[in-house]
Amino acid sequence: MRTTTVIIGAGHAGLAMSRHLTARSIDHVVLERGEVAAAWRKRWDSLRLLTPNWQTRLPGKAYRGPDPEGFMHRDDVVDFLRRYACHIDAPIRTHTDVQRVAPIDGGYQVQTSRGALETRCVVLASGACALPRVPTLATALPADLTSVHAMHYRRPEQLPDGGVLVVGASATGVQLARELQRSGRPVTLAVGHHVRMPRSYRGRDSQWWMQHSGIADSRYDEVDDLMRARAVSSPQLIGEAAPTLLDLNALADMGVRLAGKLAGFREGRALFSGSLANACKLADLKLNRLLTRLDAWAQQQGLADSLEPAQRFAPTRLPATPLLDLHLGRAGIRSVLWATGFVPDYRYLDVPVFDPAGRLRHEGGVIAAPGLYLMGGNFMRRRKSSFIHGAGEDAAELSAHLHRYVGSRALAWNAAPCDML
Amino acid sequence: MSNTQNKIDNGVNVQALLEAREALAAQPPAAQFAFRTTCTWLSGSHSRNTVGGFFGLGAEQARKQEFTIDSDHPELFDSQDNAATPLEIVLSGLGSCLTAGVAAVAQYRGIQLRSVSAKLEGQIDARGMLGADPDVRNGFNDIRVTYEIDADAPREDLEALVAQSQKRSPVFDVLTNPTNVSVALG
Repeated sequence: MRTTTVIIGAGHAGLAMSRHLTARSIDHVVLERGEVAAAWRKRWDSLRLLTPNWQTRLPGKAYRGPDPEGFMHRDDVVDFLRRYACHIDAPIRTHTDVQRVAPIDGGYQVQTSRGALETRCVVLASGACALPRVPTLATALPADLTSVHAMHYRRPEQLPDGGVLVVGASATGVQLARELQRSGRPVTLAVGHHVRMPRSYRGRDSQWWMQHSGIADSRYDEVDDLMRARAVSSPQLIGEAAPTLLDLNALADMGVRLAGKLAGFREGRALFSGSLANACKLADLKLNRLLTRLDAWAQQQGLADSLEPAQRFAPTRLPATPLLDLHLGRAGIRSVLWATGFVPDYRYLDVPVFDPAGRLRHEGGVIAAPGLYLMGGNFMRRRKSSFIHGAGEDAAELSAHLHRYVGSRALAWNAAPCDML
Repeated sequence: MSNTQNKIDNGVNVQALLEAREALAAQPPAAQFAFRTTCTWLSGSHSRNTVGGFFGLGAEQARKQEFTIDSDHPELFDSQDNAATPLEIVLSGLGSCLTAGVAAVAQYRGIQLRSVSAKLEGQIDARGMLGADPDVRNGFNDIRVTYEIDADAPREDLEALVAQSQKRSPVFDVLTNPTNVSVALG
């Protein structure tokens, strides 16, 4: 079978792109290895979006429920995306696993579990979080410990009773540290560089600030160090109105024991870096810099009086004696939860478009091979590119690029301004 | 930002560093360096280290001159006190590494430095190295570094300089993270 464009993945990014291709009358299919929103269906039970409902939107459709300030539960995200797929009548083929994408004359051959397709363009929307990222030191984990990555974690009961070492203090790490500590499993949290962020500030959600101040819209070609911007871990947020901060102080108050970045295992002991103080200092400095920037923006916009007063949060408290090594057995630690991040999976892509570190080479989602596009990557075109509400503008721009590339014979009418609400 | 138009000069060529970063990111084999020293025993606890060439950018790199670093123990330990102790040299290595980082980050951020000094103190329980108590660690329990920086920048920016310098410092990394060390008879 031949088509103009194959979109790989029917998550929010793939669906947003499908909507824009349909608007441009560009013939395409969306290949999905499972069901719509497959990745979301497999996340942990308590997961909620980090963005408020009022911000949850895709081209032509936005949240219109009764709780705009709330945060969508995982199951509701799945439902939102499923209904969106119907709403835009996306040409999806579910349970179709892409095995290989290889160049052919004038385009690509896409080999799937249900046969092959020929296409001029391919949009990779298979997700920024397709595989668990596990540090190599995990191979030295003592064998008697249960080891679970956040990708495969569902609920506390999955882990044995007793202590848990949670590795990583991004959004995932702090959320799961809290959940496990509350379940009666004493948590030791290994903390590397992290991003401290309040849920709300001066009476507005932090996402309101990021959106309205334009920070969420910062473009990939404007930032100082794009590689670093793309690698920054998710902020210490949870999709709940309270607490304002789910930071290391909040976790320490609950009894979570803090340690530096996990540095290795040796003779039944976990070793932690002595750099915790600096990681916390950097996070505190960055938070204050962000708040200073937001305050200045609010002042300049004349919003200062309509907002609650500016404030600064207490610095991160460090443990009196930093934990540098811990005998796991003697400390009663029975399991390790890896909250060490996720990576995309482009092993199906048999096209020489990777840098020496194995990262996809692309310019704002335009991959370094004609007709290949990316969607949903971290800071792909904008800071918000990996968010649901970030997919619309990226899809609008990349579909326009794709349209020029295929030189469509279809009427070149402009796509509807889908993001207008 | 290199900010050359403002004539910020901390004696760091930021442009060269940025170019090196870009070049080495694209050429991982060229980024593999090896630094070497040779330590020769003189007498008692007195020894002399010589530092010459190193390996980098895929080749042996020569130096204009060879450097020497002597080390000894103080009279308190019945030694001659000819030079700094190895532990003091470790602290010196950390201080120099962090301070070079402070200068580079300041240059990059457009902060003119007038003076920078750091006081380093490493706390150690000597029972460890003397074998007086098997539960006491040989090495430092705690290292404290305090910077005094004179520059036209708010305190918060200077704190950020010091923090960013630690983030990129190889000696800070060596001291805060486990490093495999193998010692053999040649």
